[in-house]
Amino acid sequence: MRPQAQPLVLTASTAISAIGRGGAAHLQALRTRAGGLRPNDFDPSAGGWIGRVERVEAHRLPDALAPLDCRNHRLADMALQTDGFADAVAEARAFYGADRIAVVLGTSTSGIATCEDAYRDRDPATGALPDRFDYDLTHDLFALARFVRAALALRGPALVVSTACASSARSFIDAAQLIRAGVCDAAVVGGSDSLCRMTLHGFAALELISPSPCRPCDADRAGISIGEAAGFALLERSDAPRRDGGAGDRLALLGMGAASDAHHMSAPHPEGLGAIGAMRQALHSARLTPAQVDWVKLHGTGTRANDAMEDLAVFEVFGDRVPSSSTKGWTGHTLGACGILETVMAGQCMIEGFVPGCLGVATADPTFRTDVLTGNQERPVGVVLTNSFGFGGVNCSLVFGRVH
Amino acid sequence: MSQLAARIVGVSVWGPGLEGWTASRPVLASDADYQPADSPAPPPAILSANERRRTGPVARLALTVATDAAAMSGLPPASLRAVFASGNGDGVVVGSILEDLTREGSQGRLVSPTQFHNSVHNAACGYWSIAVGSRLPTTCLAGHDFSWPAALLVALAELAEHGEPVLLCVYDHPLPPPLHAKRPIIAPFGVGLVLAPPGTDGGLGDIAVRYIAEPAAKVGEPRQAALRALSQGNPAAQALPLLEALARGEADTLALAYLDGRLDVIVTP
Repeated sequence: MRPQAQPLVLTASTAISAIGRGGAAHLQALRTRAGGLRPNDFDPSAGGWIGRVERVEAHRLPDALAPLDCRNHRLADMALQTDGFADAVAEARAFYGADRIAVVLGTSTSGIATCEDAYRDRDPATGALPDRFDYDLTHDLFALARFVRAALALRGPALVVSTACASSARSFIDAAQLIRAGVCDAAVVGGSDSLCRMTLHGFAALELISPSPCRPCDADRAGISIGEAAGFALLERSDAPRRDGGAGDRLALLGMGAASDAHHMSAPHPEGLGAIGAMRQALHSARLTPAQVDWVKLHGTGTRANDAMEDLAVFEVFGDRVPSSSTKGWTGHTLGACGILETVMAGQCMIEGFVPGCLGVATADPTFRTDVLTGNQERPVGVVLTNSFGFGGVNCSLVFGRVH
Repeated sequence: MSQLAARIVGVSVWGPGLEGWTASRPVLASDADYQPADSPAPPPAILSANERRRTGPVARLALTVATDAAAMSGLPPASLRAVFASGNGDGVVVGSILEDLTREGSQGRLVSPTQFHNSVHNAACGYWSIAVGSRLPTTCLAGHDFSWPAALLVALAELAEHGEPVLLCVYDHPLPPPLHAKRPIIAPFGVGLVLAPPGTDGGLGDIAVRYIAEPAAKVGEPRQAALRALSQGNPAAQALPLLEALARGEADTLALAYLDGRLDVIVTP
């Protein structure tokens, strides 16, 4: 990425996950080290532990959007109604015009859980899916963008980014480039990924599900716990007139980087070459040196391969001077939503001045050379680099800070 | 709003009776009649034998148009940033997993690990970067009926940001039953473009696009009437009017439907 002359600011943001609804709830859970994982009660046959959001089943979409009802959109709607996010977008809509705000969202499986249910109710004679099942408005990946665009009454371009577990992280990059190219003045970014049988059984088939709650960076880590989450941010230019009275600093996207492993569909590059490339580009575009970063928020899934690769890559870029940790011990791996969820948590940590150490670590992996935190630390956090990696060898790194 | 622009330095197409740019050009230029045919995309020569075995018809379609467009540009494939887009991704693989998940009385592993990693929407894009050894960034979009205009916008914004050539690969493939009845795609179709900065020498033409939040009075459709069913039956084939303009070597202004708005596209030789 080219160095950014003007950073983009996140004028509103929110998230929902197994540890709570909204930024403050996430901060509280991180501070008290209260994780949200539980034994898999969504599909026990897949095993492992999951980060399941409470009360999704009871949530109802607005009547006008009822045809889009599915778990993924309920989760998205719950997030939109949190932290005043929808209201903040309404203010931006009044300011810029609905046609000048894009919707760029990440998801890896959209509403496929609804299709899984429909498959169980196929016509025994013809094999046809039930009439009630609407592919376009639930299973289809673009359904998430339709839903959010309609819920927020926006008229700008809309698209879904689906780069596996880097989906919502990549949504920041594609949205930022649309803003900088003048296609729009602001964008709703982030995304939603919800529990479904395909991912639970798919990761089980790859033997990547931990039998106990995931423990990123632990010497005995044994895989991931799958979680669900939705989160959104409103991205706009920092030089646009402020609608908040102009007081105080704002969360800013200072830099972004992306690179491909060109190695394997589901295994990370053993030397972390894609991850190194993404982190270096993100720092370059932020015009920052590694020493200016206060916390590396790891992708840190808890698999043997990911965490070992990421330690190598972070060491290559940062040495052992910058503390690093993963938040997935709290929420599980929320797949395509992890980029936005972990950005929202990082934003809270910057305001509070603390870094959460990895949760559930008994013994940090002794082969790791980076400064992996396993307990919370009170310390100023001015700049965070956050990693998100995905199948297909996709690596995205985002640098966040605070600007006036 | 500002307009996004590029020089098109590579183009490719694969669809029923449209087996590559060179073979299809007379049809696209309306110098020959369109003859639909069953045209499965070939196994991608760029993949290793091991990877080739793991790819199905959807990845083959995407890799064929990606490879051909890159080859026409004359640029090293590993020097291209990449934007892939499709509505259904690898719906053949996803459909197979959905079947596996409903197997009665099954024990243990329900899903094939290879099928699972091939089910991600960016699988074809991942195979592309592995095959050409590119560490450059890739993104992968899903746009249902609007993947083509969405991908044009994102690819042109990627070009505007970095000033480096971008490979655009948009494709869709019919879903297996019973999904096909819910989301009919009439035939496989893929299109590839290599977009270089405006003013680049050579190439086939200039493209400029602009998003407008009002519907088009008239959406662009192929001049060759026999191609219209394909254009309406596969979202990637909404690229056909643009491909026709490039094949004719003539300027054209086209509107693409994009939700309740549109993308205006101007092509000039």
